[in-house]
Amino acid sequence: MIIIGERINGGFKDIAQAVKEKDKSVIEKWAKRQTEAGADYVDVNIGAVSNKVEDFLWMIETTQNAVDTPISIDSNKLEFVKRALETCIKEPIINSTTAHEEKLEQLVPLAAQHNASLIGVCMDEKGSPQDVNRRVELGAKIFVSATEKGLAPEKIFLDPVTMPLKFLQPQASYVLEALRQFKLLSDPPPHMVIGLSNISSQSKEVRLINRIFLVMAIESGLDAAICDATDEELVNAAITAELVLNKQIYSDSFIKAYHAANGRRT
Amino acid sequence: MSIPDFTRKWASPINTVKIGATQEEGGTRSHTITIGGETTLPFLHFEGKTPHFPVVAMEVWDVPPKDWHPLLAEFFSDVWGDPASWAKKCEEEFGARLICLRLQGCDPDGENRGSEEASRAVKSVLEAVGSPLIIWGCGNDDKDNEVLPKCSEVSAGESCLFGSITEDNYKTLVALCKADGHKLISQSPVDINIAKQVNVLATDLGLDPQDIVIYPTTGALGYGIEYVYTIMERGRLAALGGDKMWAMPIICDIGKEVWKTKEAASSQEEAPQWGDHRQRGPLWEATTAYTYLLAGANIIVMRHPEAAKEVTEFIGKLMEESGSSSGSEEETK
Repeated sequence: MIIIGERINGGFKDIAQAVKEKDKSVIEKWAKRQTEAGADYVDVNIGAVSNKVEDFLWMIETTQNAVDTPISIDSNKLEFVKRALETCIKEPIINSTTAHEEKLEQLVPLAAQHNASLIGVCMDEKGSPQDVNRRVELGAKIFVSATEKGLAPEKIFLDPVTMPLKFLQPQASYVLEALRQFKLLSDPPPHMVIGLSNISSQSKEVRLINRIFLVMAIESGLDAAICDATDEELVNAAITAELVLNKQIYSDSFIKAYHAANGRRT
Repeated sequence: MSIPDFTRKWASPINTVKIGATQEEGGTRSHTITIGGETTLPFLHFEGKTPHFPVVAMEVWDVPPKDWHPLLAEFFSDVWGDPASWAKKCEEEFGARLICLRLQGCDPDGENRGSEEASRAVKSVLEAVGSPLIIWGCGNDDKDNEVLPKCSEVSAGESCLFGSITEDNYKTLVALCKADGHKLISQSPVDINIAKQVNVLATDLGLDPQDIVIYPTTGALGYGIEYVYTIMERGRLAALGGDKMWAMPIICDIGKEVWKTKEAASSQEEAPQWGDHRQRGPLWEATTAYTYLLAGANIIVMRHPEAAKEVTEFIGKLMEESGSSSGSEEETK
């Protein structure tokens, strides 16, 4: 399971304040906490706090000084992504492109050039997908376009677009079905990722919904998630789901074994 | 029509473990033995690297073995009772480059020797030979915990491979090996899950995964070899796929198992239909070894000198196209 820790995001009050005041300690704290909890990437998103690229780079540099976990460059501004790619020490993941041809033409060569992975969100200039077919169509378009433009298949992460259960209930099962169909795109299949927190947006029982949906998505083929890496029950559920699917060899201490295998918390 | 490329690029290599320490490294060995480091399944040289040769270790006891086969006695009975001479004979006459000293004399059901005698045996073998040592307890947990601390102490800095820890008994040996700079054999009863569990427990106590060799228990040809084979194969596939708790080199304890089987041990008179028993015994041991090599064994512990020689030559042939010329050894410069 590839866990992308979502917490360093200007949407959170403490992060917004830290960016404004250039308070490294808050960024460092979340970089470390997420890494210790099992994050494989630390997502960095400046949100609406600032539109200065220097502030975004400061967040990335502060994160990299605290941990050696690779960065997930979370920005829809081309300039920000370009500068971030030059700043990242370890091979990062770009979060994200859409199926929009113009975006693909900009971001795929950049990713290939920097050996970065790329999340492809299954939407385009016409908007978000509303059914299974549209998701799969856009996923296929991203996958084919990215591989044709020189990105290795194992660097591509498809995101079928998760929507809030509370407002768009049928969409959750469409996401799961889209994941199953993504599996057929190539052998081995592309990576599949979701922005997990969307599923529980504005609902009660946020953690329960996140956890159950993540497990169901893993069964459908998901192998990566942008989520709260510090939610131990969530991470343990994901580890257990992979164990049930025989992706890891059982041992009595399988949670410890998972973290030891990833060179982190034991 | 061209053949499609079916090679795989695996996620992570098998750990490299170095046994023995030369003078510069704080020991007194004439050479060291390095195993592991594979980036592919056994001997698939077209797919990945096998940087170090699998290696045969010859078995030596601290006491005269009462139950060793007459075919083995022919070679060793003159040195039984003196582990130093026995080890020296293995090295000088039979070309052994790794010695497995089994402290069978400590077995409470046998001679029940104490830690003084056991550590003396360890010391004498270290002085007699330049090869690195595997030091294996008698297999009785309580007795091993009593005897091995002294053995570890007298061999501190020599980077021996100590055996063995199990799911129920690992704390003493892990602490010893960390303190005295040794490597450890983690043992499991033909069980892929427990094999992993022992490694989790040991590393949880702070043992470096790079200091562990897996002993998945060994079955002789005809006596459960296929169970062990599939476990080794499955474990190796998982390891190459990124499972760090199975990414250790593997040791197989062949001689002990083979010479218990009737196919290896029965005399010509007892089983005339099976042919010349002078050939049959070593052949059974060598064939068992070949099988484990193909499953991914990195160390094979053997008894019969001719079988050991055959297997060493066979390894050389299997490794011809590996691109690794130095074998598993590094000599003192």
